[in-house]
Amino acid sequence: MSELRKRKPSSTNTPSSSAPKPPVPPPIPSDSDSIVSESEPVPVPASKQKTKPPKSDKTQETSGAKKWSCVDSCCWLIGIICSVWWVLLFSYNAMPASIPQFVTEAISGPMPDPPGVKLQKEGLKAKHPVVFVPGIVTGGLELWEGHQCAEGLFRKRLWGGTFGEVYKRPLCWVEHMSMDNETGLDPPGVRVRPVTGLVAADYFAPGYFVWAVLIANLARIGYEEKNMYMAAYDWRISFQNTEVRDQTLSRIKSNIELMVSTNGGKKVVVIPHSMGVLYFLHFMKWVEAPAPMGGGGGPDWCAKHIKALINIGGPFLGVPKAVAGLFSAEAKDVAVARSIAPGVLDSDFLGQTTLRHVMRMTRTWDATMSLIPKGGDTIWGGLDWSPEEGSVCPPDKEEYSNGINYGRMISFGKDIAEAPATEIDQTDFRDAEKGNNIAHSNGSCGDTWTEYHEMGWRGIKAVADYKVYTTGSLVDLLSFVAPKMMQRGSAHYSYGIADDLDDPKYQHYKYWSNPLETKLPNAPEMEIFSLYGVGLPTERAYVYKLAQSAECYIPFQIDTSVNNGTCLKDGVYLVNGDETVPVLSAGFMCAKGWNGKTRFNPAGIKTYIREYVHAPPSNLLEGRGTQSGAHVDIMGNFALIEDVVRIAAGATGDEIGGNQVHTDILKWSERIKLKL
Amino acid sequence: MSLLRRRKPSDSDKKRPTVPVPVQDSEADSTKGANNASSVPVPNSVRRAKARCSCFDSCCWWIGFVCSTWWFLLFLYNAMPASFPQYVTEAITGPLPDPPGVKLLKEGLRAKHPVVFVPGIVTGGLELWEGHQCAEGLFRKRLWGGTFGEVYKRPLCWVEHMSLDNETGLDPPGVRVRPVSGLVAADYFIPGYFVWAVLIANLARIGYEEKTMYMAAYDWRISFQNTEVRDQSLSRIKSNIELMVATNGGKKVVVIPHSMGVLYFLHFMKWVEAPSPMGGGGGPDWCAKHIKAVMNIGGPFLGVPKAVTGLFSAEAKDVAVARAIAPDVLDFDILGLQTLRHVMRMTRTWDATMSMIPKGGDTIWGGLEWAPEDGYECSNGQKKQQKNGNSDSHKGKGNKTNTGVNRPRVHYGRIVSFGKDVAEVPSSVIERLDFQDAKKGNAMADSNASCQDVWTEYHELGSIGRKAVADYKVYTAGSVLDLLQFIAPKMMRRGSAHFSYGIADYLDDPKYGHYKYWSNPLETKLPNAPEMEIFSLYGVGVPTERAYVYKRASSAECSIPFQIDTSAEGGPDNPCLKGGVYLSDGDETVPVLSAGFMCARGWRGKTRFNPTGMKTFVREYSHSPPSNLLEGRGSQSGAHVDIMGNFALIEDIIRVAAGATGEEIGGDQVFSEVFKWSEKIKLKL
Repeated sequence: MSELRKRKPSSTNTPSSSAPKPPVPPPIPSDSDSIVSESEPVPVPASKQKTKPPKSDKTQETSGAKKWSCVDSCCWLIGIICSVWWVLLFSYNAMPASIPQFVTEAISGPMPDPPGVKLQKEGLKAKHPVVFVPGIVTGGLELWEGHQCAEGLFRKRLWGGTFGEVYKRPLCWVEHMSMDNETGLDPPGVRVRPVTGLVAADYFAPGYFVWAVLIANLARIGYEEKNMYMAAYDWRISFQNTEVRDQTLSRIKSNIELMVSTNGGKKVVVIPHSMGVLYFLHFMKWVEAPAPMGGGGGPDWCAKHIKALINIGGPFLGVPKAVAGLFSAEAKDVAVARSIAPGVLDSDFLGQTTLRHVMRMTRTWDATMSLIPKGGDTIWGGLDWSPEEGSVCPPDKEEYSNGINYGRMISFGKDIAEAPATEIDQTDFRDAEKGNNIAHSNGSCGDTWTEYHEMGWRGIKAVADYKVYTTGSLVDLLSFVAPKMMQRGSAHYSYGIADDLDDPKYQHYKYWSNPLETKLPNAPEMEIFSLYGVGLPTERAYVYKLAQSAECYIPFQIDTSVNNGTCLKDGVYLVNGDETVPVLSAGFMCAKGWNGKTRFNPAGIKTYIREYVHAPPSNLLEGRGTQSGAHVDIMGNFALIEDVVRIAAGATGDEIGGNQVHTDILKWSERIKLKL
Repeated sequence: MSLLRRRKPSDSDKKRPTVPVPVQDSEADSTKGANNASSVPVPNSVRRAKARCSCFDSCCWWIGFVCSTWWFLLFLYNAMPASFPQYVTEAITGPLPDPPGVKLLKEGLRAKHPVVFVPGIVTGGLELWEGHQCAEGLFRKRLWGGTFGEVYKRPLCWVEHMSLDNETGLDPPGVRVRPVSGLVAADYFIPGYFVWAVLIANLARIGYEEKTMYMAAYDWRISFQNTEVRDQSLSRIKSNIELMVATNGGKKVVVIPHSMGVLYFLHFMKWVEAPSPMGGGGGPDWCAKHIKAVMNIGGPFLGVPKAVTGLFSAEAKDVAVARAIAPDVLDFDILGLQTLRHVMRMTRTWDATMSMIPKGGDTIWGGLEWAPEDGYECSNGQKKQQKNGNSDSHKGKGNKTNTGVNRPRVHYGRIVSFGKDVAEVPSSVIERLDFQDAKKGNAMADSNASCQDVWTEYHELGSIGRKAVADYKVYTAGSVLDLLQFIAPKMMRRGSAHFSYGIADYLDDPKYGHYKYWSNPLETKLPNAPEMEIFSLYGVGVPTERAYVYKRASSAECSIPFQIDTSAEGGPDNPCLKGGVYLSDGDETVPVLSAGFMCARGWRGKTRFNPTGMKTFVREYSHSPPSNLLEGRGSQSGAHVDIMGNFALIEDIIRVAAGATGEEIGGDQVFSEVFKWSEKIKLKL
C-alpha cells in the first residue's frame, strides 16, 4: 500500500514532465556509465514512445531520490527508531517481572533478602498499627480550586508526581503554590490541599521512593492499609494552621484512636521523618492540651495510644540549611524547588527573577520557619566555640575540623570566619535604618515580593557590617531582612530555651514544636528513638558575600569561591550528618536532653539513638542503595527498616540493641551546657 | 548519516534498474542485441533485491511518518490551552450550560454538610497487598480498576488473586487483595470512565474538599459483615463520619450511596446502632445525630434480576462484569473453553453478589400469573413515533399499533423460564416437575478429572440434576432462591449466612437482630431518626432486564449447562422480549420497581418498616442519550452508572448538601408508573 503510494507520483509525473522538456539531454551525463549509454540509444528508433517513460523515470528518480533523502530518510530513521522502541517496549512488557532481579543477582551475587522477608521467616507478624508522618517537601499537594490559568488541573498534583506543570506554566504554578504573605493561609481563590492516603508520600516522583520501601517491607509481615496510616498534612503552612484550616491534627487523632480500637487496643508506633518529627512533637502537645487550642485528649492520651516514636532524621533542633534557604534561597533541600527543577530555575527561563520567584514562594511557607536552629548559642555554639569542634569531616576520616568556628553560622568573608572572636569588629545592625535608594526597584520588582527591596542600601550594608552571626543572632537577622515573614513565624514558632517549663506561657501552641520549651508527655512506657544517618558531609555554617547589586536581585549570596579541605567546600562549613541534618540536631535530645529523667522528660521516657553509617550503593543496579545514610535515601536502608519492623512487631528498644552510636554525639552533647 | 545510508543503495540501484526496464518493454521486438540478452538475468535478481529493500524502507518510512505525525499532534495537544476542547464543543453545539457546581456557586450556595460517598459493586478499585509468585511486581498495584493491564497479561493469575476462598468467602491463603482508599478509590473506574469524579468536581466548586468528602470504600467482593470482620470498614466509616461531624461544627453528613452501596449503607445503619460485638455500639440515636439525608442513587433496594443470571450462568452484564470489561479476553480462546467457567468460579466466590438477589419473593416481584409491571408497554418512545406516523396514514404501521393491543402478555413474574413458549402460556398449562428432591450426580464422571480446577459446582449436579432444573420450567422470584440453592449449595450456604431475601411478618422478632437481615429493607426497620430524609434517585427510560428465557446448553464438557436463549425474540408484537430477555423500565440495571418501591410505598409515611415516619422522596431522571459524540457519556443520562454525570441529579445532590430539604428541591419527581405498580403489591405495611 505504502509502496504504491510512493511509486505512483513518479509514474504520474512522468508524462507531464516528459512532455514539456524532452528527456534527451540526460544521455550526456550518462556517458560515464557505459551500459546505459550503449543500451539506451538502441531501442529509441524501434519504440520511441515506450522507451521514453523509462528514461524520464530515471531522471525522475534522481530528482525523486533527492526529495526522498531529505524528508523521507528522516521519516525512515524515525520509523526505525520507533519500531525498535516498540519492540523493546513490548519485550520489556512481556518480560517476566523477576528478570531485572535475576540480572542484578547474576552481576553482583545473590542479594540479601529484604528485611520484611527475612523477618517474616523469623516469624514476625504485624502487631502494632503504624503511623507515618512525612516531612517537608515529600508529601504531594493537589489543586482543588485555582485561577483561570490552572484550568484542567483540578485534583491533579501540583507538588510531587511528575512536576509537569512546573515546566508548562511556571508562573501559574508559583502563584498557586504560594500562600498569602499576611496570613500564611490560602490566597483568595486558591485551594491547594495535601493528598491523603499512603499515596501521599510513598513516591515523591515516579521511581523516587520515600515511604514505599518501608511500606512494602511492613506489608510482608502482614501490614495493610487498615493498620498503616499516612498522616499527610500540608507541609507549607504552620503546624497549628494545618488544624485550623484542614483539621489535620484532629484527623490524625481520630485515626490513631480508630486504629488502636480496631486492633484490639494495641498502641501505635509512630514513624515521623524529617520535619514530621517536629510536627509530631507539636501533635503530642496539641492532643493533650484542652480544647479549643488543643485536641482535648486528656493528659494520658499519649500514654494510652502510643507505644513508640521512631524519629527518622529528625531536625529536633533545626537545621542550618533552613537559614540559608530563608536568607538567600540557596540551600538545597529547604528551598527545594531549586533542586527539583534546576534546569528551569538556573536558566533564564523566567528571566532574572527566577530565584526571586522561588524565594517569594518559599517565604510564604510558614513551615520552613519551624526548621530554623533552636536553642541559640547554648546549643549551636558561640563566636569562639562549638560542640563539634575538632571532629572528623566526612567523608574524609582523617581530617579534623580543628579551629573551625562552627558557631559562626553566617560569616561575611572567609577571614572573618577564621579570625579570633576578639578581632572582629561588629557593628550592630538592629537599629540601622532601612530604606534610602533602590527607589526604582519598587516599580520594576514589585511583583516579586521578597522584602529585600524594602531594606534599601543602608539595611544591606548594616547586615554585612555585623560580619558574624551566631545562632542567637540569626533570628534577629531574619527579623531584620524579612520582618513580615518573621512576624508570621514568631506567632507559630519559638526558638529559645525555657527557663521554667511550668510557666503558663508555654501552653501556647507556638512552643509545642520546640523540644527545648516543652515537656514530653506523661507516658513512662512510651519509647523514643532517634534514627539517623551519619558519614555524610552536612551543611553547618556559611561564608557569605554581598552580591553584585543588580536590580531585583537577592543582595547576599554564599561565597562559593571559598574552599579548604573537606571541612569547607564552596563557602559551606561541613560537619557529620545525613546531608541535611547535622548529628547534633538529630541526636542531642535523645542523647542528653531527654535521656533519663530530665526537666524536658519528667516521666523518664526511655530514649535510644541509632545511627546508620552511610555506604554508597556499590553499583548502579542498586539504585539509591540499601545502606544509605542520606536524609531521604535512608528510608530504603535495610538496617533501619529492620529496626522499624521489629519495633512494629512488638520489640522494645533494648531488644533491638539499645543505642548504636558511630559518631561523637555523646561527647558533643556533654559540651553543651544546658540545664536539665 | 541516515542520508548516506539511504542514498548508497539507491545510487547503485539507479545504474541497473533503468537497464532492464527498456529491455522488458521492448521485449516485443526480440531483435535485440545479444549483449542485452546477457543482461537479462542480472536485473531479475537486482529487481528482487530492490523490491525487498524498498518494501522494508517504505515500511519504515511509513511508520516514521505516522510516528512523527503522532508526536506532532501530541505536542500540539500538550501545547494547546486547556480550554480549547470546550471552545470547539461550544462552537459546534452552542454554549454549554454551566455545570451545576458553577451555576449553584453563582446562586450563592456554599459547602455545608459533609458528604459521604458509598460506591457500588464493581466500581471500587482493589489493589494487591500480598500475592503468589505469579503476581510478582504487582504489590499495591490495582488488580481491579485502572487499566486492567494484568487481566490481559496474566489472566489466570489474575483470576486466582481476585477469587476468594469458596468456603469462608474471605481471602484464600497467601493472598491479600484490599480496597483502595480515599477518593481515588472510585472517582474513575478506568482512565477516562468517571464514576464519582463529576460529582466530586461539582461539589468542589462550592467549596468541598477532602476534609468534607469521604469515600467509604470497601471490598465489594465480600459480604457486608465480613468487610467489618476483615477490614473494619464499617468501624472506619463510623469513625470518619463522627470526625467529619465534629470538625464541621456538628453539621450532619449527607450520605450518597450508589448501586450496591445503597444496601451496604442500609447494613451500616443497622450495624452502627446495634450493640457490639456484632454491631458498632453507636447507640439507638446514632443515625439521628449524624445523618441528615441518605441520597440513594440507583439503589437496588429489592435486588436486581441480573444478579440471578449472573449467578446462574454468569451471563448478566453488570454483575458478572469481568465479561463486560474484558470481552475480548473472555470470549476469546485465551483461556480455552473454560473462560466463562473461570469467570463464574471467580464471581461465585464473591459473596456480595448474593446481596442483590431479588428480595421479597412473589409478593414483590410477581408470581406465575401476575407482576406489578403488568401492562407496561415497552419502548414507549418508539411507539409514540409510530402513532405520529399513523396519522400520515401509513397502513403497515397502523397494523402494528393494532397488534399492540393483542400483544401477548408479558409474565414478568416468571424470572427464569425454560423456553419462550413456557414464558408465554398461562400458568395452568405449564407442567412442572419439582426439582428439589431430584438426585444429583450420575454421568459426567469424566468431568471430575478435567474440570476440577474450575470449580463451579455444576459438575456435581450431574445430568439428572440438570434435567430436573429444566423440567421445573418456570421460576418466580420465590423459587429462584431454591433454584440457586439447588445448583450451587455451597455458595448459597455462605450467602444465607450473610443475606436474607424474605419479608418479615413480625419485625420485633429478636431474630431480626442478626446481621444477615440488615441489608434487606423488608426485614428491618429504619433507624429512629425522624429528621433524616431518604431519597431514591434513579434513571428511567432505559430498557432494563427483568426476566429471562433460558435453554439448556449443548452439554459440552466443563461448560455451564444453562444459557440465555438469545434466539427468543418478541419481534414487533412483543418488543419487551429481546435476545431472550424481558425488558421493563429502569436504568439498564435496576428495574424501577426495585429502586423506587421502598421510597414510594414501603417507607412512605409511618409504616412498620419506617416507624418514625422519616420523609422519603422519589426522584426519577428521564434518560436522554448524549446529543452528540462530544458530550461523551452525556449530561442527561439515566443509565445506572452514567447517571452519576447527570446534571439534574448533581444539582439536586448539591442543593441537599448545601442544606436544602427534600421539599425545597421539589419533592417527588416521577416519570414512570412506580406509584401505580407499588399499589399492586400487597405488602402489609
